[in-house]
Amino acid sequence: MGFYVAQILTGLANAGALFMVASGLSLIFGVTRIVNFAHGSFYMIGAYIGYTLMQTLPGAIGFWSAILLAGLAVGLVGLIVEVLVLRPVYKAPELFQLVATFGVILVIQDLTLMIWGPEDLLGPRAPGLRGVVHIMGEPIPKYDIALLVITPFVALGLWYVIARTRIGILVRAATQDREMVGALGVNQAWLFTGVFALGTALAGLGGALQLPKGGADLLMDFNILTAVFVVVVIGGMGSLPGAYLAAVIISVVNVFGVTFLPQSTLVLIFLVMVLVLMIRPYGLLGREEVAGEHGQVGEPEVPIQPAGRRSRALVAVGLLVLAALPLYGSSFIQVLATDIMIFCLFAASLHFLLGTGGLVSFGHAAYFGGGAYVAALLITHAQTPMELAFLLAPIGAGLAALIIGWICLRLTGVYFAMLTLAFSQLLWSLVFQWGDVTGGDDGLVNIWPADWLKPTTIYFYFSLILCVGGILLMRHIAHSPFGYSLRAARDSERRAEATGINTRHVRWMAFCFAGVLAGLAGGLFVFSKGSIFPNELEIARSFDALIVVFLGGVKTLAGGVVGGAFFKGVEEILTRFEYWRLAFGLLIILVVTFAPQGIVGSIRKIFDRKVETRS
Amino acid sequence: MNRRTFTRFLISGMVLIGLPLSAVAQESIKIGEINHYKRMAAFAEPYKKGIELAIEEVNAAGGVLGRPLEFIFRDDQGKPGEAVKIAEELISSEGVAMITGTILSNVGLAISSHAGEKEYVYLAAEPLADSIVWASGNKYTFRLRASTFMQAAMLAEQAAASGAKTYATIAPNYAYGKDAVAAFKKNLLALQPDAEFVTEQWPALFKIDAGAEVQAIERAKPDAIYNVTFGPDLAKFVREGTDRGLFEGRTVLGLLSGEPEYLDPLGDEAPEGWIVTGYPWYDISEGPGKVFVDAYQTRWNDYPRIGSLVGYMTVQSIQAALERAGSTETEAIRDAFEDLSLDTPVGQITFRSIDHQATSGAFVGRTALRDGKGIMVDWEYKDGADYLPSDTEVMQLRPAGQ
Repeated sequence: MGFYVAQILTGLANAGALFMVASGLSLIFGVTRIVNFAHGSFYMIGAYIGYTLMQTLPGAIGFWSAILLAGLAVGLVGLIVEVLVLRPVYKAPELFQLVATFGVILVIQDLTLMIWGPEDLLGPRAPGLRGVVHIMGEPIPKYDIALLVITPFVALGLWYVIARTRIGILVRAATQDREMVGALGVNQAWLFTGVFALGTALAGLGGALQLPKGGADLLMDFNILTAVFVVVVIGGMGSLPGAYLAAVIISVVNVFGVTFLPQSTLVLIFLVMVLVLMIRPYGLLGREEVAGEHGQVGEPEVPIQPAGRRSRALVAVGLLVLAALPLYGSSFIQVLATDIMIFCLFAASLHFLLGTGGLVSFGHAAYFGGGAYVAALLITHAQTPMELAFLLAPIGAGLAALIIGWICLRLTGVYFAMLTLAFSQLLWSLVFQWGDVTGGDDGLVNIWPADWLKPTTIYFYFSLILCVGGILLMRHIAHSPFGYSLRAARDSERRAEATGINTRHVRWMAFCFAGVLAGLAGGLFVFSKGSIFPNELEIARSFDALIVVFLGGVKTLAGGVVGGAFFKGVEEILTRFEYWRLAFGLLIILVVTFAPQGIVGSIRKIFDRKVETRS
Repeated sequence: MNRRTFTRFLISGMVLIGLPLSAVAQESIKIGEINHYKRMAAFAEPYKKGIELAIEEVNAAGGVLGRPLEFIFRDDQGKPGEAVKIAEELISSEGVAMITGTILSNVGLAISSHAGEKEYVYLAAEPLADSIVWASGNKYTFRLRASTFMQAAMLAEQAAASGAKTYATIAPNYAYGKDAVAAFKKNLLALQPDAEFVTEQWPALFKIDAGAEVQAIERAKPDAIYNVTFGPDLAKFVREGTDRGLFEGRTVLGLLSGEPEYLDPLGDEAPEGWIVTGYPWYDISEGPGKVFVDAYQTRWNDYPRIGSLVGYMTVQSIQAALERAGSTETEAIRDAFEDLSLDTPVGQITFRSIDHQATSGAFVGRTALRDGKGIMVDWEYKDGADYLPSDTEVMQLRPAGQ
């Protein structure tokens, strides 16, 4: 009995920092609709600032004020980030802001390394709270008890601010209907800034508060991000009590998982997440999302159209130049071009889903990595001929998309996105933990193409045909009757249904098709690299594709491809320098602020303006 | 708008990349070094400094084969796919003689597979995975550092001598952790057949729930604990374990826990009395080991970590192989690495021809506190050659024909 009590107390104490970080994210999302990928980074700098302050401020008072000051300092950083980086992009298409937050992650990573150095910092102990107390014979660290007490107070304080003050009323009003709040004369800009600062301050507070249980290190930003997303989604986006409840559930499930299923702790929390979302699609205490609010944000868009004769000729010339690459490029340039084309196909498949279908998937890596793993597993365990394994990669990925899509399409908007994320994480954790079959994180190696495909130039042409073919096919489909139905479902579900389109079926097929093409990219990838590892299924890989699509321009047909080529090309050049993450992050932020329509969208705008002035 | 822009980007990007490649010096022998300099900065920086020190020494003494030695350092972001691409570039465009580097085992395995396919020599300096030289071993891959199996075998020997009967293990839930536990079990059960494993804990890497892990181990009441966690996980585990009295009266064995990279961040909370593998540079008072420590401190005004030692030995190994090969041709270097013996700061090591594993050893000792810092005492350098499986076993582990 004592053991269980002790485990539950441990779980509750762990829930503390998790809740603070998650509630910040939830709050920010609720009001500003920003999915803040950089939230883990604010948590990380909270820990580092807290550490530095604790070294200078003496005694117990110094310790606790260091935690508070760390929260304030991070809130200030959040405020600066919001004003400088996010404000210029509120008018951009929905979710575009996550590209900006990705830039912030990179910048913060390098700055933290510059300021605090590479070595892990061990968190200072809380003065007067060293040691344990015995509860039912089990030792419980005193600091755990302190956390147990503090967290509900923070939660209560937050609740008071939200439920009882005028600011809270505005925040709640904005969560429900931000346009109406704006119409009533509330200064939205400062409301957003304030909420963003509060949310990041909470993340910083969480980071500083966990110091005595761990420390500060450079990997903690990404390490907490998944858990925080899981908590926010399970609790319900935008719901504070939900975040608390979910933080407690996840922490306690984890603690008991450690005892009874020590091998499967990774799979467990994603399983919980999938289960909760299937039973309660909007999280435990979340509310149904008002779809699209009042129409779309920003200017009305011009419908896409097939390329004109001139552009077609230009594309043909471009393709010829690319196809002639082996004549003037070295073997490495061909390998690099293959890499970029594969990434472009992957990005374009997500772009098809996102731009044409209006379906935001946060877990698209599942099909890319999934396709790659299908081929690699067949070769490793069944000695399948390479050609057959390669063929089965897109089919396997398509099947996965068929099943996952069927389940996820019960939801819409950001909840759909979160459920796709949950499934891709489930797949990742399965691959990661099922070491006997998948090789775990040591992956599967020696997956090389058949002999006739081995020469670099042949493989380059093989990829060129399939990638360009796949991309052209997607373009073609966007202009086919199926593409029209899909776009109709995206723009107005009701009208589409009234005209007799089975919107759910159309979306399901689109999801599946995007999965097949991502799987094709994955198949090309694994045979070009000769090995596959779980990181190709990771969140980071899904985010890469997502960022590229937004960077290129969601509302244009070429967005995915252009974004992919830009991203890979710039990365290729910048990673040769010492502080490349800083430079890359700043570049992304710059692109985002100056080209909120994405690269293609903004170029087209300039072009259109020229045409107008000329005519 | 359409693919026109895409193609333009592609081509202009390539022209940009292509330019610097043609403007390289003729003279030096180039070695490609691929690593996760940013992702694993705490490990990669001392490693790089060790390499730089050794290169300076080599070139001051006239270089290799009469030519200066040059390393090209490239960051792979810790992604295996990136690493393969960079390896391709270094081999085909930069004209490097061979490739070395990586800390993470999965990246090492990716490059190793690529090396086997494209036929160039890869010296895996730091990655510890057993499969690099065994299950996934190939003709062109060599490994410098004492592997997971070897270091676990050293600790198993200590465990068998401790008199403990029941064991708990705690290891990060990924390939390295699993290898480390399997190797420890195998070696311990060979030495002490009645040893019993009462619980196995597998926290997710860098996401340890230390309080819960400590409780779960405490509940199993083992005589001894075998720890494989490292980095931030180790710090959390040590803190919770000390607070909750887990280590009192128990034998604790820590794989790599004595390495400065892991022990130093713990400060005065470093555990006392653990039996660990590590690198006690502070108490090496004579011989080539001391010479290295002094040279490193003079050059960098910092003390060496285990990574520094590995980096230094990497350059030494490459130098020796090139000199023995007498050329920079792949096959010549490959042949030269087989049965290559050289003197290093830890003594003589040999790259075995049977599995391409070097006989580098490790320092085994007990942790203690001195001046508010964790150190190793009563340590001894164990030669890696004594902790490898028999030749027949190795032959079975390695794929045929490699």
